[in-house]
Amino acid sequence: MAYSEKVIRHYEQPSNVGSFGTTAEVKTKKEIGVGIVGAPECGDVMQLQIKVSDKGVIEDAKFKTFGCGSAIACSSLATEWLKGKTLDEGVAIKNTELVQELSLPPVKIHCSVLAEDAIRAAVNDYKKKNGLAADGGHDGPKIDAVACRPNGN
Amino acid sequence: MPVNLPIYLDHNATTPVDPRVLEAMLPYFTTKFGNAASRNHSFGWEAEAAVDKAREQAASLINASPKEIIWTSGSTESNNLAIKGAAYMYEKAPRTAEGGRGHIVTCAIEHKAVLDPVKRLMREGFDATFIDPPRDGVVRREHVEAALRPDTILVSIMWANNEIGTINEVPEIGALCHERDIIFHTDATQWVGKMPTNVETDNIDLLSWSGHKIYGPKGVGALYVRRRKPRVRLVALMDGGGHERGFRSGTLNVPGIVGFGAACECCSTDMDKDRERLLALRQHLENSITRQLDVVQINGHPTRRLPHTANISFGFVEGESLMMGIKEIAVSSGSACTSASLEPSYVLKGLGVGDDLAHSSLRFGLGRITTREQIDYTIEHVVKAVNHLRSMSPLYDMHKEGIDISKIQWAQH
Repeated sequence: MAYSEKVIRHYEQPSNVGSFGTTAEVKTKKEIGVGIVGAPECGDVMQLQIKVSDKGVIEDAKFKTFGCGSAIACSSLATEWLKGKTLDEGVAIKNTELVQELSLPPVKIHCSVLAEDAIRAAVNDYKKKNGLAADGGHDGPKIDAVACRPNGN
Repeated sequence: MPVNLPIYLDHNATTPVDPRVLEAMLPYFTTKFGNAASRNHSFGWEAEAAVDKAREQAASLINASPKEIIWTSGSTESNNLAIKGAAYMYEKAPRTAEGGRGHIVTCAIEHKAVLDPVKRLMREGFDATFIDPPRDGVVRREHVEAALRPDTILVSIMWANNEIGTINEVPEIGALCHERDIIFHTDATQWVGKMPTNVETDNIDLLSWSGHKIYGPKGVGALYVRRRKPRVRLVALMDGGGHERGFRSGTLNVPGIVGFGAACECCSTDMDKDRERLLALRQHLENSITRQLDVVQINGHPTRRLPHTANISFGFVEGESLMMGIKEIAVSSGSACTSASLEPSYVLKGLGVGDDLAHSSLRFGLGRITTREQIDYTIEHVVKAVNHLRSMSPLYDMHKEGIDISKIQWAQH
């Protein structure tokens, strides 16, 4: 399959790879929201972490992804877009926007859906830690219809 | 010496046509274009003589008689003709007490060109047993023996597996079938031409192989059909002019057949040299990769494998992204992300390789054109790509933190 130049660029030089600590450490940090979606047997696991300021602005975002080049590109791009956004603006990012920006073919749409779900999961994790009501949409990876299917929507 | 890119390491998928083969074929496209079935002029005689020579070359490679070779379009057709043709010929008439037409034994990790004909026969009233291979992938005599029934009419077990290169106990399974008067077919597409084959001492009744896996052209294959002890009969699938003694009607692909024959002869000449050289290169590849990376698994039996095939799982990286990182190296991935379904390889799953590792596997298929420099380049770039991907793999982090990934409840499942 031919990848778009943007996908290749994100694959070769991904933005914001990393985490704000080990799995145990980030659990105790109230300013960090963590979203882990996907499953190894589906060939995709995305881990997205956001660092949120007192004012509810996403100051920093980091990702680690096990998955194909498109999954890596979607997560890398998502971290770029999240920085500087409020939580509400963050969850408003749509998978279709990622698809368009990266010129993903239909068979890779599930990667963008996974990224959208990772954002929601991270935001909801932050809200839960800080006693805020999780807002609409998913509370993380409830994307059964997407699991292991090429055309995830 | 600099390496020319890209590097081809997918010889289990197909091979380049050997220059000696191409040279033999060329006249049969232009000046010697006759129809081998034209019995009344020199153009036909010339083509027929060329086909006869190729039949001898093909038979010689597997120690058969030329009369036992049927030309086909490739292994898929050979497998279909062998399996369906034998099932229809040897079906139980009248039907068994349970109403079945007969029982077929095969293995769950056969190529689809074997599995799908068997599944069609099941829809038509035949029964079948699909042997689950052991973890090392080698199908042994005892596995087949345990699957046999009084109404078993056909056993079809591949000689060597296309994804992992493991070698089944074919001569032993053939002996078992002969003891029980059961027809034995083997899909030898990955084996013949690479490894010594003797249909007499290896106890084969039906054997499929293909031109393009042995440095011959695509679109031509052969089926060996035993003529004595026992004389195997088949119901033809293709009706028409009665070519190939009625087994397979259709005008012969003379240039392709000439190429197939020449390819068989080249394999007879080069086999020993190729085998030793490729085994040394493959061991170099496997040893270097396992030395430089942790959590790497070589799939299939450690030694009972084709010398030119290595299937390696790289823990915590996904196969398609790994292929992206080594885009100048043509290999095949056990991850099916590139195909219509996202299910990983059924062969690796069949061996009990976890889905996560099956997604992370690459098949390296070495061949006649593979050089030491190419393998060195491959080692360097595979290691680099795996390290790059692990630096962004959440699973590798969890592994290093001592978290057992198999124990995590992944939300989707």
